[in-house]
Amino acid sequence: MIRFYLKGLFRDRSRSLMPVIVVAIGVTLVVLLHCYVTGVLGDMVVFNARFSTGHVKVMSRAYHENISQLPNDLALIGTGDLLAHLRNDYPEMEWVERIQFGGLVDAPDENGETRSQGPGGGMAVDLLSEKSRETQRLNLERSLTAGRLPETPFEMILSEQFSEKLEVVPGDKVTLISSTMYGAMSITNFTVCGTIRFGSPVLDKGGMIADISGIRQALDMEDATGEILGYFPSGDYDDEKASSIADSFNAAYSNPDDEFSPVMLSLREQNSMTMYLDLMDYFKSLIIGIFVIAMSIVLWNSGLLGGLRRYGEIGLRMAIGEEKNHIYRGLITESVFIGLAGSLVGTLFGLFFSSLLGRGIDISSMAQNSTMMMQGVLKARITPDAYYIGFIPGLIATVLGTSLAGIGLYKRKTAQLFKELQA
Amino acid sequence: MIRISVLLVLTASVLSAQPSGKEVLERIDANMSSDSRYVKSKMVIHGARSSRTIESESWIQGKSAFTEYLAPAREKGTKMLKLEDKLWIFSPATDRTIQISGHMLRQSVMGSDLSYEDMLDDPNLTDKYDAVVTVSETYRETDCWIVEMHARTVDVAYQMRKLWVDKKRYIPLKEELYAKSGKLLKKTELTDIKLRGSRWYPGRITFKDMLKKGGGTEFIVSEIRFEVKIPEYLLTKAALR
Repeated sequence: MIRFYLKGLFRDRSRSLMPVIVVAIGVTLVVLLHCYVTGVLGDMVVFNARFSTGHVKVMSRAYHENISQLPNDLALIGTGDLLAHLRNDYPEMEWVERIQFGGLVDAPDENGETRSQGPGGGMAVDLLSEKSRETQRLNLERSLTAGRLPETPFEMILSEQFSEKLEVVPGDKVTLISSTMYGAMSITNFTVCGTIRFGSPVLDKGGMIADISGIRQALDMEDATGEILGYFPSGDYDDEKASSIADSFNAAYSNPDDEFSPVMLSLREQNSMTMYLDLMDYFKSLIIGIFVIAMSIVLWNSGLLGGLRRYGEIGLRMAIGEEKNHIYRGLITESVFIGLAGSLVGTLFGLFFSSLLGRGIDISSMAQNSTMMMQGVLKARITPDAYYIGFIPGLIATVLGTSLAGIGLYKRKTAQLFKELQA
Repeated sequence: MIRISVLLVLTASVLSAQPSGKEVLERIDANMSSDSRYVKSKMVIHGARSSRTIESESWIQGKSAFTEYLAPAREKGTKMLKLEDKLWIFSPATDRTIQISGHMLRQSVMGSDLSYEDMLDDPNLTDKYDAVVTVSETYRETDCWIVEMHARTVDVAYQMRKLWVDKKRYIPLKEELYAKSGKLLKKTELTDIKLRGSRWYPGRITFKDMLKKGGGTEFIVSEIRFEVKIPEYLLTKAALR
């Protein structure tokens, strides 16, 4: 019987070709959209991880509770030992230290007195160690708008906007007025070695980046750090793995009764990322939902048109005694084959186009310059669920469309069939 | 009738014993405020992790003040000059004179619970606040008037203050400092009160910034002289270097 249906589909192209093309186009779009959304939103997660959250982050419990205040007085101490433990216990991750700091940046006149001044917030990262990959991770080289990266501990990069506000250029001296981790006033001279575009209005207003060794001296944070970030070497976030590492670390090292004991959080647990990651899943479901509904309507219409075209054939089959249920089942079986073929072709095309988009769309020319936050290339990403995300809805939509169109069969009256056929 | 008369007489005597808010403020100012003064002090800052002590000496005249830090080594030689609402800080390590102004003066001094204004402004209350004596209360085994003060202008750091004032010596023993919203910003405790000349003055003021972690800051007065003659050059930028 199945051979009979297949033969019918192959011989009568008008019955199969159009629905297969329609399903294939729909499935291609779903796969492509899924890969693109996963790529672009995933990149935002990646940027967040690189800049702020890491794939996991270790802080003191008290620091975590007050993180919005950049509370370096609550920073982790004895980080040399802690880092050694982390590297030993979790060698699959790359561990880096960061210090977030705030303060006044003051530019002097020729007498060493204040010429211009502004509040700023900065990040101290390891820029000077040979093995450090922080420069690449933060896309610093490409984000420079003038000058160069720091080469000594007491050099810093300012945001382009901030440097314009302070009227300083690379080579000028500025003074950072901040607080040490023990609360004392810290006044330290730095040389501006470059300017950068962060790509975020807040950071562009008063952002700065310096090597962690210089900021450590300035803020009296020897063997201390605000945050230790862990990254998977691939750069991709694996929620299950990150959560498992965080759980195991917290069980071994964290003490809820000691506010200065370290605590590890996965990316999902920071910066409202749970909501963001859930939003990604929601978007994917939405895309599929819209697709199934839209395709069902299209295929329903196409089924209705097919039904009209095959009005005579089906009428004849009913007139010679074929049961309505049998005809209906036959139409559904045909739609399964059409759905399978269309979904297969659509998935293959979708994956093909996604792989082309995987190289990325370079929008840097539109954005004038690359920044730390937006790296200028929008990429699609093929994930394992791309192989079935269009396939299953494609099949369901085809069967659903045909099922709806086929209901018309039951409204035809056998008594009128011959009259209709004569006409 | 006799009862009513007795009651009226008693009420009148109580009311006459209770001073007005203005009178209380004037008598506090007579103890605490002066045209000029020299203060050598220690600040013991009880941070979230550890405590540290900063020693300094200050010359204060009206809204102008000059402070030099004496210890610890990291702060030694740092000088501050405040003229009206501007503050200059000289840091010997960087050889820089940095100007701070406006709302920055309400920031913490050296990580303590005191702001620059708390430390360097003359504590004159009569000019800045309207006060009412609300009730009488015993605090630290001392009879106190509770005085509520409301700022006359918006440019003061604390729009509302509540004082527990010793009825005999007219010195606050405790104070609560509030923002305009009614939020409690700081609490202070004045202890070790001694007679210095004709004034009662605390030897130790404990500040607790309610918005900060930590155990508060003790401001210990090692030496204080009122109505001193301050050399003119000390209240100029030239004195910073």
